[in-house]
Amino acid sequence: MLNVGLNHFLVISAVLFSFGIFGIVTRKNAVMVLMGVELMLNSANINFVAFAKFGAFGNQGQLIALFVVVLAAAEAAIALAIVLNIYKTFNSINVDEIDSLKE
Amino acid sequence: MNLYNIIFYLFAAITLVSAFFVVTTRNVIYSAFNLLLTFFGVAGIYVLLGADFLAVVQIIVYVGGILILLLFGVMLTNKIVNVQIRTGATQILPATIAVGAFSGILISLLVNTEWKKVGTALPGASTTANLGMLMMNEYILIFELLGILLLVALIGAATIARK
Repeated sequence: MLNVGLNHFLVISAVLFSFGIFGIVTRKNAVMVLMGVELMLNSANINFVAFAKFGAFGNQGQLIALFVVVLAAAEAAIALAIVLNIYKTFNSINVDEIDSLKE
Repeated sequence: MNLYNIIFYLFAAITLVSAFFVVTTRNVIYSAFNLLLTFFGVAGIYVLLGADFLAVVQIIVYVGGILILLLFGVMLTNKIVNVQIRTGATQILPATIAVGAFSGILISLLVNTEWKKVGTALPGASTTANLGMLMMNEYILIFELLGILLLVALIGAATIARK
C-alpha cells in the first residue's frame, strides 16, 4: 500500500482535479477561475504521463501531455485578453456580477 | 520505504497542500504564488514518472509563461492601493459537498479498477530524442496544427486586448 504505484498518481490527479473544480465553482475573481482551469489541466497531464509509464504506450502519453501544455498556454493568453476587456467594460471581474454580454 | 517513495510523498504533499491554498486563500497574490509551488510539485511528479523533458517544459512554460501572465491579469484588473488584493467566494458549502462527493466517487473508481499494467521499470534513457522522433513522424500533423493554433491565439489575444 505504501509502495508507490499507478494508483497513487491517479489519486493525486483526482484530488488536484477536484481542487480545480472547487476553485472554478467558488471563486468570484475571473483570474482565480483561470487558475482552477490550470489545476485541472495539470491533473489531466499527470494521468497521461502515469498511463504512459505504466501502460504499453511508449512515450506517446508524454507527447499528448506536451500538446496539452501548448493548449493551456494559448488558452491562458486568450482568456486573459477577454478578462481585460471585461474589466474595461464593467470595471469589475467578479463573475457573479457580470450577467450581460454588452453594456 | 525506499527513497523513491519518500520523494514521491514529498512532492505529492507539496502539490496537494499548495493546490488547497490556491483555491481557498482570499488573497489573489497568495494563491498565484501557491500555484507556483503546485506547478513545481507537478514537475517533480513528472520526473518521478520518467518524463524529464516534460518536467522541464512544465517549469519553463507554466512558471515562466502562464503564471507570469496570470500575475499580469491580477495586477491589471485591480485598483492597487496595497498588497492585499482580496477576492470573495460564493456557494462554499454546496460546492464542498458536491466536490467532496465527486472526488470520493472518482478516487474509489480509480482505486477499485483493475488496470492492465505492462511496464513498471524506470526508463533509464532520456525521453527527449524519442519525443522528438514521435513529434516529427507520427504526430507531425498535430505539431503543425498546434503551430497554427499558437499563431491564431497570439493574433487573437492581441486584437481582443487592444480594443
